[in-house]
Amino acid sequence: MSENTTPSAAHASNVAEAAVEPIGAPPSPLRETWDYFKKNRGALAGLIVIAIILFLALTAQWVAPFDPVAQDRTAFLKPPIWMEGADPRYILGTDAVGRDILSRLIHGAQLSVSIGVVVVILSMIAGIALGMVAGYFRGWVEVGVMRLMDIMLALPSLIMALAIVAILGPGLENAMLAIAIVQLPHYVRLTRASVVSELNKEYVIASQIAGAGHVRQMFVNILPNCMAPLIVQGTLGISSAILDAAALGFLGLGAQPPLPEWGTMLSEAREFVGSAWWVITFPGLCILVTVLAFNLMGDGLRDALDPKMKR
Amino acid sequence: MSFLDAKPGVPLLESDDLVRHYEVNRGLGKPNATVKALDGVSFSLEAQKTLAVVGESGCGKSTLGRQLTLIEKPTSGALKLNGTEVGHLSDKEAKQFRRTVQMIFQNPYGSLNPRKKVGQILAEPVLLNMDNLGRKEREERVRATMAKVGLRPEFYQRYPHMFSGGQRQRIAIARALILEPKVIVADEPVSALDVSVQAQVLNLMMDLQEEMNVAYVFISHDLSVVRHIADDVMVMYLGRVAEKGPTDEIFAKPLHPYTRALLASAPKIDPTQRVKAEPLTGELPSPINPPSGCAFHKRCPFATEECAKVRPELRNFEGREVACHRVEEIA
Repeated sequence: MSENTTPSAAHASNVAEAAVEPIGAPPSPLRETWDYFKKNRGALAGLIVIAIILFLALTAQWVAPFDPVAQDRTAFLKPPIWMEGADPRYILGTDAVGRDILSRLIHGAQLSVSIGVVVVILSMIAGIALGMVAGYFRGWVEVGVMRLMDIMLALPSLIMALAIVAILGPGLENAMLAIAIVQLPHYVRLTRASVVSELNKEYVIASQIAGAGHVRQMFVNILPNCMAPLIVQGTLGISSAILDAAALGFLGLGAQPPLPEWGTMLSEAREFVGSAWWVITFPGLCILVTVLAFNLMGDGLRDALDPKMKR
Repeated sequence: MSFLDAKPGVPLLESDDLVRHYEVNRGLGKPNATVKALDGVSFSLEAQKTLAVVGESGCGKSTLGRQLTLIEKPTSGALKLNGTEVGHLSDKEAKQFRRTVQMIFQNPYGSLNPRKKVGQILAEPVLLNMDNLGRKEREERVRATMAKVGLRPEFYQRYPHMFSGGQRQRIAIARALILEPKVIVADEPVSALDVSVQAQVLNLMMDLQEEMNVAYVFISHDLSVVRHIADDVMVMYLGRVAEKGPTDEIFAKPLHPYTRALLASAPKIDPTQRVKAEPLTGELPSPINPPSGCAFHKRCPFATEECAKVRPELRNFEGREVACHRVEEIA
């Protein structure tokens, strides 16, 4: 290393040393992130599961063996095929009105994944913008935004979502909007806290001296340094959005029957928890696996995106 | 005729009675306190010269740096570049000013954006201030500057955390130099580095000064470093100038009791070189509530009643400027 030369050496001699230890062309940023990401086995497993879920969601109408709303009046509450009394056509059994559970789950992936992703994208964009402005400009802007978020956090989230849906009217889109609003304070607070801690670092002042304007400072210089906790919050947000949407569906304000949304399926099957376990177990497992996969992937993504974890 | 053009007989950078006060909220019901971080500082810096600003922590050195780079507006007083006041610049003029005055920070671990590669960090000032350059030319400029400070070309694609402190500081120096400024404010640029690396970075800065005709405002508390690099020294105490003069003279014969104490507190191996003076005792007083009269009188072995009452102003003594009532007797 050039640092170990004699102190009197002029910088010219240090340049000459540059010839040693040649290093190949660096990989592209995307490639680099991927290289680090794939070393994390859990994250890779999560990614694979998400890829499968996404594939099923996108190809549901061809992959699913049955129409998710078609009722077979000869096969109510049939158990999965490995159990006694099963109908071999219905691999995971049927529900109380004779609909194929496997088909409903595959179609439900479409709904649940899009609920999670849309909600998180909506509240992340709004939350980052608000939190960034609050943390960057401080003063009365910060007081206004943060106190509003405190008020939103003080209300029970489901009650607030209910109130918003009641105003907007029931339905899946309005439920997603309501959940996005309910999740907003988490992103705002997280962003503001990171921004405030980054703002005092010297690299921000250095960019200011270099002439960076407010927008550049906020979104080019500071934001990438605040993303790690936001990504993790985002993956957790996908899961809680799916669950909240299910709760709203149960109360009749979210996905309307017969839509095969996983949470709605859970609620519909509540009364069969003792007699026909498969009706309630499989949607629950789907939510669990999806949520877990998103969490694992988010964790790996955070590590891969953080240059401090790289060598 | 803008402030960018050098004018004969006019110093490059000049500060006239620069004052910076901060309001401090002391809690509910109490009136806000005023911190006099900078309380009337004047100096002038000639092109290609190095002015060292020394003093204890909290004496206002870094605040001065913040005023010089226009990160903050001074409470009062004037800052002049080539004789033109720069306190109220338009956006366009501020842009030109930035190309002229740049800064190197103390902590090379905090001053480089950890999410950006070296090439991106160095390209930012060019991108923002030289609109006429294309992507290719920008990269060329970055690479040329990297070569100038002794960074290998392949570092272009690396992140700051892959470097040692000395190399990071080279990156920071490259960033300050890339716009070819006339003045660089260096806020303790080597105090976070190992001693062996300090010398390299200092030598690099001195080489670059010759090569690029840049003037330094070198903020430091390390007197041996100052002696190595500075043409002039300005000793600050509690937001005010205690003594100002050529480096050799100040080190040979410090006049102000505070300067003497500072020099005495610097360790020396050779006993004949040691400055005979009482080392400093006590703490730097609070700039919220500075002592009356001479701010130094409570720690000064020569203090009299006058020192406690009347604030000494800077005055000429033996070709230097000293703010001390009793300088004639002490000298």
